Amino acid sequence: MIEAILDFNFMQNAFAAAVLASIACGLIGTIIVEKKLVMLSGGIAHTSFGGIGLGYLLNIEPIYGAFAFAVGASLAIASIRRKIGTGSDTLIGMFWSLGMALGVLFIGFTPGYPPDISSYLFGDILTVRRVDVWMMGALTVFMLLAIISLFNYWKAYLFDEEFLRVLGVKSTLLENFLFIMIALAIVILIRVVGIVLVIALLTAPPAAARLYTEDLKKIMGLAVVFGLIFSFSGLTFSYYYDLPSGAVIIITAALFYFGSVVVRGSNE
Amino acid sequence: MTYAVELEDISVNYGELEALKNINLKVEEGAFLGIIGPNGGGKTTLLKVILGLIEPQKGTVKVLGYPLNETIDQIGYVPQISNFDRNFPISVLDVVLMARLGGRVRFFHQYHKEDVKKAEAVLDQLNLLHLKKRQIGKLSGGQLQRVLIARGLAVEPKILLLDEPTASVDASSTSQIYELLKELNKEKTIIVVTHDMAAVSSYFDSLACLNEKLYHHGDKHLDPETTEQVFGCPVDLIAHGHPHHVFAPHGEEAKND
Repeated sequence: MIEAILDFNFMQNAFAAAVLASIACGLIGTIIVEKKLVMLSGGIAHTSFGGIGLGYLLNIEPIYGAFAFAVGASLAIASIRRKIGTGSDTLIGMFWSLGMALGVLFIGFTPGYPPDISSYLFGDILTVRRVDVWMMGALTVFMLLAIISLFNYWKAYLFDEEFLRVLGVKSTLLENFLFIMIALAIVILIRVVGIVLVIALLTAPPAAARLYTEDLKKIMGLAVVFGLIFSFSGLTFSYYYDLPSGAVIIITAALFYFGSVVVRGSNE
Repeated sequence: MTYAVELEDISVNYGELEALKNINLKVEEGAFLGIIGPNGGGKTTLLKVILGLIEPQKGTVKVLGYPLNETIDQIGYVPQISNFDRNFPISVLDVVLMARLGGRVRFFHQYHKEDVKKAEAVLDQLNLLHLKKRQIGKLSGGQLQRVLIARGLAVEPKILLLDEPTASVDASSTSQIYELLKELNKEKTIIVVTHDMAAVSSYFDSLACLNEKLYHHGDKHLDPETTEQVFGCPVDLIAHGHPHHVFAPHGEEAKND
């Protein structure tokens, strides 16, 4: 496989995508898990399917459509959530199916043969193109900088947003920023594991990492490492045995998490 | 004279629901004030108004004689511990350090040595220094409560505001916490929202009773009789001591002494 990575363009792209996806899921996944925004992220991911459909319909790159829909959905959810207070799961469910429905509708309107959408739904790391890698790279660098440069604020925001507001920090700015970053992370991960499977890759690495350490920074780092392990297992199986990479990544991640729970206890 | 906290004619509505109605409250500097009242009586709302977390529909808030946005750094806030995810991966020292973040977001912010020293000094003052590396889930309720008080103090405020500081701690921790607050009261104004009647009688030097309106009770003088009246807050409150306003529950002003 290492020779293949050196020789073949598509394997280089897959390799880069695996690394970038692991960084994204480690950083944003940790925040999502600790802030209990898992279902919300699932809602944003599924809403982005509407953008993919629109991309096909308008004959633009579907992933750009997904990008626009994900950012739009996350900001909309954030602002409606602030208005109605708690109980945002109804709202999330609504966005979740609405996005899927719009996607199906747009694809229905698309003239000609219906496109194969399964790589967007379930991911296919071997079909990642160079242009995808560049986009993923740019987004990952942006997220990395955003999280490192504001780390102390993120930590305080995750732990006790209200106290931050009392100190005079505008926590809604942080929140909107975070929601945009969740959208970015989802767009990065769509090419690798797909819309349907993205939640597991966002949650399993940080949840497993949490079992091994009690420090937020270390959880993020360890989650990136775990993400790498899962992604490369997917890449390997996909390359040698022609298995669907997204599925293998998720199954490895879930098995690893359950294994960690058994080994490490519930960490209480 | 300037008051530590001065509320003038504050009203807060949540949609149709009136949470606070025409609240006037003056808290003297150096006071140890308990705000009591039934659940849903607006205690937490009042606290959040003082903290600037809720913008009142009507009325003004002054802290130490200035509008709130100029003096917000003079208030140390201690929230209820039941609001927290105790499994959150953060150490005691990091919780207290939050207080040193300041009000402005700065990129690549690092805590200074003085920040760490200040945080450790406060932890030491509260006998918590040996726990500084511990994850907060591994503390007892009383310890976590004191960690939050330490965080409030690390802001270096003139006023300390506490929301139900003894709601989820055992009896011995309760008295320990009030002894601590009494000690801190030598230098700071302390305002506590509580339903803890035992504390009311023994520690506070003034009381305010809240149920949508404020039945302010400047002094505490709590004999069994008064205690009952305080509990029966929405119905009536008989006057004791000085600055004292009693409103009839049905809207008409009853009397003033």
